[in-house]
This record gives sequence, structure tokens and C-alpha cells, in this order.
Amino acid sequence: MTEHHLAQLNIGRLRAPLDDPRMADFVRELAPVNALAESSPGFVWRLREEETDDATGLRPFGPDILVNMSVWESYDALWAFTYRTDGHLEVLRRRASWFVRDPAPTLVLWWVPAGTAPSLDEAVERLARLRADGPSPEAFDFRSPADPPGATAT
Amino acid sequence: MTEAEIDALGLLTDPLRRALYRYVAGQDHEVSRAEAAEAVGAQRNLAAFHLDKLVAARLLDVRQQRISGRTGPGSGRPAKLYRRSTRQHTVQLPPRDYETAAHVLAEAVERHGADAALYAAAREEGERRGAALAARAPDADIATLRSYLGECGYEPVPDEGAGSGQEAAGPPDRVRLRNCPFHTLAAAFPPLTCGMNLELLRGLLAGAGCSGLSARLAPESGRCCVEISKTNEN
Repeated sequence: MTEHHLAQLNIGRLRAPLDDPRMADFVRELAPVNALAESSPGFVWRLREEETDDATGLRPFGPDILVNMSVWESYDALWAFTYRTDGHLEVLRRRASWFVRDPAPTLVLWWVPAGTAPSLDEAVERLARLRADGPSPEAFDFRSPADPPGATAT
Repeated sequence: MTEAEIDALGLLTDPLRRALYRYVAGQDHEVSRAEAAEAVGAQRNLAAFHLDKLVAARLLDVRQQRISGRTGPGSGRPAKLYRRSTRQHTVQLPPRDYETAAHVLAEAVERHGADAALYAAAREEGERRGAALAARAPDADIATLRSYLGECGYEPVPDEGAGSGQEAAGPPDRVRLRNCPFHTLAAAFPPLTCGMNLELLRGLLAGAGCSGLSARLAPESGRCCVEISKTNEN
């Protein structure tokens, strides 16, 4: 049985361009938060644009929409990093000051075979699926987690 | 369900059982029978009997652990280690279900993107509580605050200067909170609930006139995600 890791994509519509003073705090937090993710238990991989350290230059959803994609060993590892890491919860709390609220889901989770990195195209598709059909084992969110493929029900 | 909960809480009317529960719940580590017995000044077998009653009522959890290195015949029975159960016991008479109400309200706040309104309301509630505290205890210092937060169920880690010797202690210039009073809500709506709690506590500090103290998010699993500390310039 193949082991699976958890992939996540989240997107956010910027309130202002990244060089705008209103975004200064967000831009300042980027590198430290990325470093925090990498040093967190269960971190596997994160998306970077070629020759840069982050994914802020990748805009598959439109010129003002940032993407963030990463892979984690487990749901619990990603949950703990997202919501129980000093430095990250504070950034989440302030999210609304940097990103326009979107009533549709902006985060999608899905399982990938361990050792593979998902493509941005696939991630875009997964989010579209969650938005169209609601949570399923192929595209879910923190509120409706799905077990990895082949996991025995507990 | 309610009958079982009332039975569970009824167990705590026995003073020795209550002392054992309080002691185990107050520790940051798992507690052996010997440690618990010594802490409450009871005979070990008697303490063991009551500890297991508390486990049966799901007020405590127990884990068996072999003394390291010893295996096979003659290695003795595994030691039992106790800690507070993660199970939440709620008795409200007449029956009330504010928890469901809180989850539904939080969902509505999130759907509507009304975080800012929630934080503002929390801040004002905190300020009212702080003003009430100040009326009762003018010039509230960090010790006053710690005891007030204890009354509110946050279970502050005692100041290491307080020196009970038995409990885990924290540095005197910081207040770490061992219990999240909004636990199930915080698990379902983390940034929203922790943000609300942060504003409640910031409001409390402001309302109580604790200008030398500040609150910030310092999340840690199984605890309250807010930390209060003395501000640097003070």
C-alpha cells in the first residue's frame, strides 16, 4: 500500500499590490513564516517559483490572487502548523487586512502519493472541484477531512 | 447522558477524591500513584482506589507503563500513570446547550466575514470585565490577574516564585494559561475563536488598567493560545 501525504492549496485576493504600504506587514512575514513551515514537524514540500524562495510570482487564478501550496506528512501535522504554531496563527488572524474575503472556499486539501509533488494545474482543478461539488475524498477542507486512500477506517 | 455526567461530578464531592483530581489536573506531567498519594497525604492503596474510580467515571485517563529496562517474569506490574481526561464533562441544570449555539454563531460570523465585529464585541466585553475587576481590586498587578484568570477557568501556570513545590511553575513576568475555556469552539474555528479570546484578554488588561502588561497569540496544543507578559518598557 502506497503511503500518502497531504497536499494543500490556498489562495487569496490581494487588497493591494505587494509593493503597496498596506501589504508591508504581510511581505515582512513571508520569509519567516515560510521558514517556520519548513521547520515544523511533518513538513514535506512547498511550492516555489523558479529562482525565487516563494510562490508570490505565480498567479494562475488572476493577477491579484496569490497562491500557496505545500505537502505535509499528515492532516494533524498540517493542522498543528496552521492553527497551533506561534507566528502562524497571528498571521491567519490578520488575514482579512491583506486579503479580500471570498465566500467560496479558498483552501483545498487532497492526498498525494508520498514522494510526489502536486502540479499547480492539479491544485487548480482540486479547488474547482471543491467549489463545484463540496467536500469529497478527492478535494476536502479542514472542516470535512477525508482519510488517505487505503487507510483502514477507525 | 446527563445522568452519567451527574454521577461523574458526584464523585468529586468526596474530599480525598477531589484533592486527587485537583492535583492530577494541575500537573503538566502524568502522575504516578505514589506521587498522587504523597501530594494529598493519603495512603497509597487508598489513593489508588480513588484514582481508579476517577478513571472509571472518565474524569481521569490512565496509561500503563513498564518501569524502563525490566521485562519478563519478576519485572513487576506496570506502573499506572494518570492525567486529566480530555473528555469534557458538562452539567447544566436545567439543560442548556450554549455550545451548539456558539458553533452555529461562529459559523455565521465566518460566512459573513464578520470577524472584525466579533473582535470589537469581545474587546468591549473584556473591558467591562476589566473595569469590574479594577473596582474590586484597584492597581491590579500580575498576581491579581493570575488569580482572576484562575476564577475564569484559564488555569494559569503558577508563578515560580509562589513555590508550592508540587506544581509546574512559570516565570513571574509571564502568564501562561493551561486551559482553553473555549476548547471545542477553538478546535472548530481556530483563528476566529483564538482571535476573540485575544481581544477579550486585551480588553481585560485595558479595562483593569494593567498598562504594563500585554497579551499576544502564542499558540500551543492543548492550552490557551494567549500569553500575557510584562511589556518591555516597563
